[in-house]
Amino acid sequence: MYRYDQYDQTLVDERVAQFRDQVARWQAGELTDDEFRPLRLQNGIYIQRHAPMFRIAVPYGMLASRQLRCLADLGRRYDRGYGHFTTRHNLQFNWPKIEDVPEMLAALAKVQMHAIQTSGNCIRNITTDQFAGVAADEILDPRPLCEIMRQWSTFHPEFAFLPRKFKIAVNGAKEDRALTWFHDIGLHIVRTDDGVVGFRVIVGGGLGRTPIRGEVVREFLPWQDILTYCEAIIRVYNRYGRRDNPFKARIKILVQALGVEEFGRQVEAEWAHLKGGPATITQAEYERVTAFFEPPAYATLPAIDAAFVQQQADSVPFARWVERNVRPHRVPGYASVTLSLKKPGTAPGDVTSDQMDAAADLADEYSFGELRVTHEQNLVLADVEQRQLFALWQEAKAAGFATPNIGLLTDMICCPGGDFCDLANARSIPVANAVQARFDDLDYLWDIGDIDLNFSGCMNSCGHHHVGNIGILGVDKGNEEWYQITLGGEQGNDARLGKVIGPSFAAADVPDVIETIIRFYVEQRREDERFIDTFRRLGIDAFKVAVYGDKARLKAA
Amino acid sequence: MSSLIKNRQAVADDFTLLRLADGEAAETVALPAGPLLVPLAVWRARKAELQARGAPLGVWLDVGEGPEAIADELAAFAVIGVNFPKFTDGRGYSTARLLRQRHGFEGEIRAIGDVLHDQLFLMARCGFDAFALKDGKNAELALRAFETFREPYQAAVDRAEPLFRRHRRAA
Repeated sequence: MYRYDQYDQTLVDERVAQFRDQVARWQAGELTDDEFRPLRLQNGIYIQRHAPMFRIAVPYGMLASRQLRCLADLGRRYDRGYGHFTTRHNLQFNWPKIEDVPEMLAALAKVQMHAIQTSGNCIRNITTDQFAGVAADEILDPRPLCEIMRQWSTFHPEFAFLPRKFKIAVNGAKEDRALTWFHDIGLHIVRTDDGVVGFRVIVGGGLGRTPIRGEVVREFLPWQDILTYCEAIIRVYNRYGRRDNPFKARIKILVQALGVEEFGRQVEAEWAHLKGGPATITQAEYERVTAFFEPPAYATLPAIDAAFVQQQADSVPFARWVERNVRPHRVPGYASVTLSLKKPGTAPGDVTSDQMDAAADLADEYSFGELRVTHEQNLVLADVEQRQLFALWQEAKAAGFATPNIGLLTDMICCPGGDFCDLANARSIPVANAVQARFDDLDYLWDIGDIDLNFSGCMNSCGHHHVGNIGILGVDKGNEEWYQITLGGEQGNDARLGKVIGPSFAAADVPDVIETIIRFYVEQRREDERFIDTFRRLGIDAFKVAVYGDKARLKAA
Repeated sequence: MSSLIKNRQAVADDFTLLRLADGEAAETVALPAGPLLVPLAVWRARKAELQARGAPLGVWLDVGEGPEAIADELAAFAVIGVNFPKFTDGRGYSTARLLRQRHGFEGEIRAIGDVLHDQLFLMARCGFDAFALKDGKNAELALRAFETFREPYQAAVDRAEPLFRRHRRAA
């Protein structure tokens, strides 16, 4: 993975000094709360329900074991011994003191980490596919270009005070695993028939209060031009995006108001001035950064390890874990392993400091000392030898990472919700846990098969409920917590938004409702049909009737 | 009077900043003597009068008033002001870059309005060279802000090339 040179290191060290000075001036009353607020936000600090929340960037999801150990240490020293992985490659602490944050930043800088632009109305952490560099369907490893874009976006002088936050996702494989259709800019790496590499550029997607699928603004952009083209997009947005209403301020609203053709025309007009300019990426810089992402020293192994096959035959639990949590690798004899952070009864994405240390040990022992953070809030060991999977599984089990539920109903995406977050309308974790508890029978869970259940505590949609096959959204009705259910959302190449099935439910009823939906699916499905495919075949009205009974039948008729 | 930072020094401000108060019209507002920084509307309404005064002249652009509005008239101005009604409104950063890099303005570009210590570094990178700090803010202290980062990544007005073209970097 990328390692800082003197320039990168100096910059994050200067950032620590800058923030230390800002905190001191705020404490001395030289900065008002309003003046300090955007400054702390651009360092990932929110004032939350109980304490400040501090969000640390894991750029494009890459994490070295020593970095994870640093996070574990910070969790012990400044938090309550745990952290929370978000849906955008960040780790959040929920209990630090604001005056401790400069020290935490200094510790992070020592392991080449930071919290720059993890919040605020600026360009946020760039996200990508957790299987970048090892996926069999990859066109080009997106991480070097993500790193180049990370550097370009870091303290970009023109774009620190945009109308609203700005999120970029890059996908380098045939299958979209980065939710690119729902970002402010989504990028697909493509290769033309004559072998030229570039990007398909999507703009104006987003979840939140007004969920919109992005639209293609340019079918092909040479990769060298990505920085200048992004500058053109963001300059148009910075100048003309709405600032009168924060709920209408994302780029998606501008793109919708102008239409993507007119928006694209304005971007092209701006880009005409920037194209070919100094921000054009040089071959030398691309090669310099790419060298950090060269494949590790893989052993030469048979494609199928005989002992590994035998171990699966001998142990049903191991075979189940392999089926759900292990993916094929493009190098013979290797596999990629997802460590589940969705053990029923725990908050999805939460990880204790002890677990962080354990995961760091596993990475050192089995996967070249590196991990990835997924947007589904799990960890990935990308480069594990097949012959070591059984030993890894046993260790992962002991650390609480081996729940064989990746892609199953209990592997839900979930925001911290009203237990922690100031924005939330409703709690998410206890309700998510209640749903997990309802589906505690592993056989049943397995029988249900692939399904995405996504849960957000409010309209800001950090839990990506709009793109869950089943989405749950916390809503506030007269100071009571209610939950609205959507069905039919999907991520990936065919990404689409779910639709609300009807009136919302009290917390206690949510597990029943989910069970009703699942039971209906199991009754109706054709052989091997996934939930989402049954849903597409039957349509939403059939599910409405299943949930609401005759009332919905009358309405549907 | 607000403190002015110019060319990274705290200096006295000899310009008068004219803002139209409620009820004042661009056509009729009194023009103070001496160097004057006027709103775009006043410039548009009274070009001949302003140019005949003989004193240094500046115009200031509010958010939503792009540099295109004066692109053909830049030679008339010693100073172009860019207003920040709130420091969180970042449109002025693009305005300054465009004035410098697209329209070639070489005079003073002055940030006015809600101009604070912690934004000076970014503003300077975008081509501002004068900063009318918000009332009550310490200009001497704010001078440190220009040294926040020694080697930023991007090309902007202050550095014609991004870091990867400025320096040979370790692989």
